[in-house]
Amino acid sequence: MADFIVSLLTGLSSAAAMFLVASGLSIIFGVTRIVNFAHGSFYMLGAYIGYTLVQAIGSAAVGFWAAVLIAAVAVGAIGVVMEILLLRRIYRAPELFQLIATFGVILVIQDVTLWVWGSEDLVGPQAPGLKGAADILGKPIPEYDLALIAISPLVLVGLWALFKLTRWGTLVRAATQDRQMVAALGVNQRWLFTGVLFLGSALAGLGGAVQIPKGGADLLMDFNILAVAFVVVVVGGMGSVFGAFWAAVLFGILQTFGIQILPNSTLVLMFLVMAVVLIFRPWGLLGMPETLGQAHPGPPEQPLRPALPRVRILGGAATALLLALPVAHLVLPQLVGAFTLVLVIEIMVFVLFAAALHFIMGPGGMVSFGHAAYFGGGAYAAALLVKFADAPFELAFWAAPVGAALLAFLFGWFCVRLSGVYFAMLTLAFAQIAWAFVFQDMPGSVLRTFGIADEFGAPLKITGGDDGLNDIWPSAWAGTRIAYYYIAVGLSVAALWIMRRFLYAPFGYTLRAGRDSPLRAAAIGIDLTRHRWLAFALSGAFTGLAGALFLFSKGSVFPTTLEIARSFDALLMVLLGGVQSLFGPIFGAAALTWLNDLFSVLSYWRFLLGVTIIALVLLLPQGIVGFAGTRLGRRLRLARPEEITA
Amino acid sequence: MSGAQHERVPVLEVESLSRSFGGVRAVDRVSFTLFSSELLAMIGPNGAGKTTCFNMVNGQLRPDAGAVRLNGRSILGLPPRSIWRLGVGRTFQITATFASMTVRENVQMALVSHHRRSRALWRPARDHYFDEAMALLERVGMDRQYDRACGVLAYGDLKRVELAVALANEPGLLLMDEPTAGMAPRERMELMQLTTGIVRERNIGVLFTEHDMDVVFAHADRIMVLDRGQLISEGTPMAVRSDRKVQEIYLGGSAVHDGGPA
Repeated sequence: MADFIVSLLTGLSSAAAMFLVASGLSIIFGVTRIVNFAHGSFYMLGAYIGYTLVQAIGSAAVGFWAAVLIAAVAVGAIGVVMEILLLRRIYRAPELFQLIATFGVILVIQDVTLWVWGSEDLVGPQAPGLKGAADILGKPIPEYDLALIAISPLVLVGLWALFKLTRWGTLVRAATQDRQMVAALGVNQRWLFTGVLFLGSALAGLGGAVQIPKGGADLLMDFNILAVAFVVVVVGGMGSVFGAFWAAVLFGILQTFGIQILPNSTLVLMFLVMAVVLIFRPWGLLGMPETLGQAHPGPPEQPLRPALPRVRILGGAATALLLALPVAHLVLPQLVGAFTLVLVIEIMVFVLFAAALHFIMGPGGMVSFGHAAYFGGGAYAAALLVKFADAPFELAFWAAPVGAALLAFLFGWFCVRLSGVYFAMLTLAFAQIAWAFVFQDMPGSVLRTFGIADEFGAPLKITGGDDGLNDIWPSAWAGTRIAYYYIAVGLSVAALWIMRRFLYAPFGYTLRAGRDSPLRAAAIGIDLTRHRWLAFALSGAFTGLAGALFLFSKGSVFPTTLEIARSFDALLMVLLGGVQSLFGPIFGAAALTWLNDLFSVLSYWRFLLGVTIIALVLLLPQGIVGFAGTRLGRRLRLARPEEITA
Repeated sequence: MSGAQHERVPVLEVESLSRSFGGVRAVDRVSFTLFSSELLAMIGPNGAGKTTCFNMVNGQLRPDAGAVRLNGRSILGLPPRSIWRLGVGRTFQITATFASMTVRENVQMALVSHHRRSRALWRPARDHYFDEAMALLERVGMDRQYDRACGVLAYGDLKRVELAVALANEPGLLLMDEPTAGMAPRERMELMQLTTGIVRERNIGVLFTEHDMDVVFAHADRIMVLDRGQLISEGTPMAVRSDRKVQEIYLGGSAVHDGGPA
């Protein structure tokens, strides 16, 4: 019984940071309808700033808590800066653009943090006055945990008072319910939004600062908390602070007990709970049905037309150039180096990945936040087949698209029932499950629990966890750089062409029909869920193909191929290229892979990339391909006269 | 009324349909029968239960009690897409079309779905049922604008496209929710004349709700009047016009007015 109480208290204390971050995210979303990807970065900044302040003034209890509060206010101020400089310009942009913009902010903050505080993990000092352990039913429990348990309800009550008792709070609640109505009543939305950004960011900063004594500060905090905060917000219900509170408490307790039953399972458990909640209550425990993602701000997409002659010629020329590149390499090795071929292979891999994501995202309107699951999942399927079944390259290679399709078929069944932000979150959740599966080597740990060992008596490794699977190369005939180049280019161009056919065929049109008007689609007898499911699986297959090409070009595969950052890369490629055009992902992937390569030799490449992304969002809101719709593009006959976008 | 060269058979039979929302009886034991080649209007003041009644027939809302039969077969509890497969075309109060497709592609989509080809992956969609789509567009007078995107079409034209889409599965029943809402008076009459012509030649039964009494009394063969969830009057325009209870609702009493009988 004492053990149980102590576990419960530990769980409640770990809920504090989750609740603080998630409630901030939820409040910002509720009012501005922006899913702030940079929210995890604010949490991280809270920890770093708090750390520095605690070092300076935190030797006594008063100084410590003052430092924590100042850190929260400072992070709130950073949120305000982001709102004024960036978000204000893009409130009316399609929601996806807001996502990329805040994603750019993540990259910028990552490098700024690295520059200011260095790459070493910082170990947090203990809180003065709370260094000891309290005695609860004969068991020790850190005093600071008890302080953390007290903080969440205190903040919750504070927020409740703020929302119920002040005029500003009333406006925030009103705006969460009906933004247009609040605007129609003549409320100055600007300062309302700025204030909400301050509050939400400060809560994230507070969350980061209060957990310094427990976890310190490190550079991975941003993505780690982001996934958790998303889950908490989605399970609690977007825009509901009370929902975030109860979800955080639920997950805090779940984490503590989960560790005891199944070690290494906490993330998976969280995401499983989220999946179950979303299936039965698609808008979360205390949320309201959400229409986000069904309304399309901005101009409607143009009808699909056969490519213009000039576009066809350009496409043919580009393909010819790709095919001629190895010849140029042989003839003029000093001009076209081996590295160029490697870079082109990598670009084609990501072009294929991005196009496969666009397949459901553009025409289907299904924005997947977790497509890396099928990229990495496919690669792992092939790699495992090579490692454990000695499968030849020719067979293992095709296991990737097939395996990825099956995985997408399974995950898709749950996801396609949701739409908008909830769809995005559920795909993210499944991707995290897949990631945890390989990262924590779950099949391996299951075998280990049964005491099954390899021939040398060492515990079995299946996915290899962090070490990944290595030494997986194509057969000799495909192993030369030039042969593999032709395989990669040939297969990706073929796959792009096939996807294009699918999208021009009735199937692709049916997907677009469901995106344009689900009401009308149902009224002409279309079973949308089935079509979306099939599209999801097809997209998974093509993504898995990209994963196979990636695997055999690198010779190894690591859990990073399934991580959130990888999924976001693909999203970014599609969005930068332009989600409304089938050519968009091609340009976006090529540009981003090239930029990544260009910047990666620099020490602060993330900063540069982030700034570039933000600049592109502000300057080319239709994506790179949107250029074709500008006056210049039409003059160059890249678009029809009626296809005006700028 | 006139011009019915086809046999008059019941298409839609509704029997004591009821639905409550939190104690309010939105629709209370409404029964009616709609015959082929007939335009049946459902009118009544705001809150009379028209939309509720309509949505129970088209499958969007489940009734608490009652029966809905299409050609003698119960369609209760079927989702809208299955009801469509049984030959029910729909148009919406606020037009629902595919904005990123051309006029012709909108009709082609309905034809593709009707022929169960929506999972075809290879041949371009624009080559599917091209002529059939053009024929339907010609019938509603939209063949000249076939290649324009629905996203940029005038509202009245969108209504015509919706009509063509609704005809794609050769329906026996058309459900039209406020078919002329948002249109100019002249356009209204033209659209209703077009509709009348089409349903007579194709032997289609039409159930429609409408706020514009000029449209209703000029085009409906029969009129049902709902008030507070109950069917209070039913008959030819002449009969309904002279019904005391109807006059009270629209001219006297405290009910919310939508406009009076012409």
